[in-house]
Amino acid sequence: MSTLCVPSQVPSVAEDCEQLRKAFAGWGTNEGLIISILGHRNAAQRKLIRQVYAETYGEDLLKVLDKELTSDFERVVKLWTLDPAERDAFLANEAIKKWTSSNKVLVEIACARSPKELLLAREAYHACFKRSLEEDVAYHTSGDFRKLLVPLVSSYRYGGDDVNLTLAKTEAKLLHQKISEKAYSCDDIIRILTTRSKAQINATLNQYKNEFGSDINKNLKADPKDEFLALLRATIKCLVCPEQYFAKVLRLSINKLGTEEGALTRVVATRAEVDMKVIKDAYQKRSSVPLEQAIAKDTSGDYEKMLLTLIGHGPE
Amino acid sequence: MAASDDVESLARAFSGVGVDEQALISVLGKWHPEQRQHFRKATRDFFVEDERQFERWNDRHILQLRHEFLRLKDAIVAWTMHPWERDARLLKEALYKGPQYNVLIEIACTRSSEELLGARRAYHSLFHHSIEEDVAFHVHTPEKELLVAVLSSYRYEGPKVDEETAKLEAKTLSDVIGKKGLNKEDEDVVIRILSTRSKLHLKAIYKHYKAITGNYLDEDIEGDSRLKETVQCLCTPEKYFSQVLDASLRYNADEISKEALSRVIVTRADADMKQIKEEYHGKYGVSLGKKIEEVANGNYRDFLLTLIARSGE
Repeated sequence: MSTLCVPSQVPSVAEDCEQLRKAFAGWGTNEGLIISILGHRNAAQRKLIRQVYAETYGEDLLKVLDKELTSDFERVVKLWTLDPAERDAFLANEAIKKWTSSNKVLVEIACARSPKELLLAREAYHACFKRSLEEDVAYHTSGDFRKLLVPLVSSYRYGGDDVNLTLAKTEAKLLHQKISEKAYSCDDIIRILTTRSKAQINATLNQYKNEFGSDINKNLKADPKDEFLALLRATIKCLVCPEQYFAKVLRLSINKLGTEEGALTRVVATRAEVDMKVIKDAYQKRSSVPLEQAIAKDTSGDYEKMLLTLIGHGPE
Repeated sequence: MAASDDVESLARAFSGVGVDEQALISVLGKWHPEQRQHFRKATRDFFVEDERQFERWNDRHILQLRHEFLRLKDAIVAWTMHPWERDARLLKEALYKGPQYNVLIEIACTRSSEELLGARRAYHSLFHHSIEEDVAFHVHTPEKELLVAVLSSYRYEGPKVDEETAKLEAKTLSDVIGKKGLNKEDEDVVIRILSTRSKLHLKAIYKHYKAITGNYLDEDIEGDSRLKETVQCLCTPEKYFSQVLDASLRYNADEISKEALSRVIVTRADADMKQIKEEYHGKYGVSLGKKIEEVANGNYRDFLLTLIARSGE
């Protein structure tokens, strides 16, 4: 459920472009105007705005934003303005270039998007970086991480609801067996998580809980420092309950001494039009504080305004 | 005597690939019962002498005849199918009937990125699974990793190639392939390169490999034929296809090899058939069309010839 608020009477694209142009004109930038326009347009509208802006003024809107804005505000507006596929390609490339084993962005992109969206992201990656996503991931990662991440980003899962319950039971048993043997990066675990459809995985994990009494992620916590296990847990969460995953990312990023803006920006920009409403609910349930309050407390200025706008609480 | 010529032409009508419908009609259709009996007695491999004093069709041959009669129908159905559905069905058959992992490699590596994607989509629609989940689940041999990886690829298809990286990777491959017995890490490197790099990049690697070692990459790969096929399909597809065609047109080809004839011609007629024909002619000294005329019969032969004629002489 999207939290984006698009006005019922949307100005024409030409008007939006003109207003944006005015926002950049002269000394300084009218950030409020930018937020009030871009923060209230959906992906299709933003795409049109970019197109018309380029046709009318001969400049790529993104480049202008780059020039005119700074710091966290710039990043959230830039990520927001990008078309979802390009955004994912951009985030993936960033994650690959600054690869650390605690980086979960690739898992988010591979698992919390629909199979079609992942495909579009891979296409956008070709266009932007002249290489395939999987070749870069394969090249920059190694060992168990590569073993998990390459098939994950290359997957094109069946997107339907068909589920085979017998298979789910068998694979739940298999997962349990391998986990008890601590064979976390074995072929079978990787195969199941990287090729089965989301519906099938969900059925398998339900069987797992029915048969063995606990959530699979509880059994993957043997070593809190093991980053591969953390990635495995993230994979599973993103596949079957992304809103829980993202609510947790938000909790961890806002509660630290000094907010981890990178994660906050990324989650808001990538989920505002997808499932931010359920993420907010999950957030509030767990931290007893509404998300907008936490954001308002820990961030400031135009950055704060943009975030609040995207989650549906901006200034009117 | 005319009859023995007839017997010969009839025997011929039943051998090779496809059946010579005209011969069957014009000869067989006119024969009296005694002539047919003479035919049965004269062709020992089609008929066996039954203990109860009659010539009985050799069962194996009836089965073979069934394949031969179906060849045209299968080729036509495949030809009219949407290429995505065609490839999806070929993938399924290759995985479950046989299995024929070389066909999986063939499709994964000789189609463009969009064509492979289309096949994967069609597979979802037809079979309600993804091809990678089925392959990962059903293949238990060591080639599984390579197969899943190449089937999952969505290669960059633009013109940009990083020559430096290609050179480095060619060197890496030459170090790895020279070794006796690849360990897991070595295999991973080879699979990574072959399943993720763009085709232009791989062709550059192929070129650099030759420059470094003096040999062709696929020729240096001993033993593991899936790996060899992967390299061939990615870097020298016409060579690969002309080899498959040659095997299918041999006198003693088995059914699986014969089926490759339709598959290659139907799937490549609108793609790189011209280059395949050139490569075939260069390698085997006879034009593909001539060889098909020699080995194939009837309407099936004519269909094949029509398909390969689309790409000019």
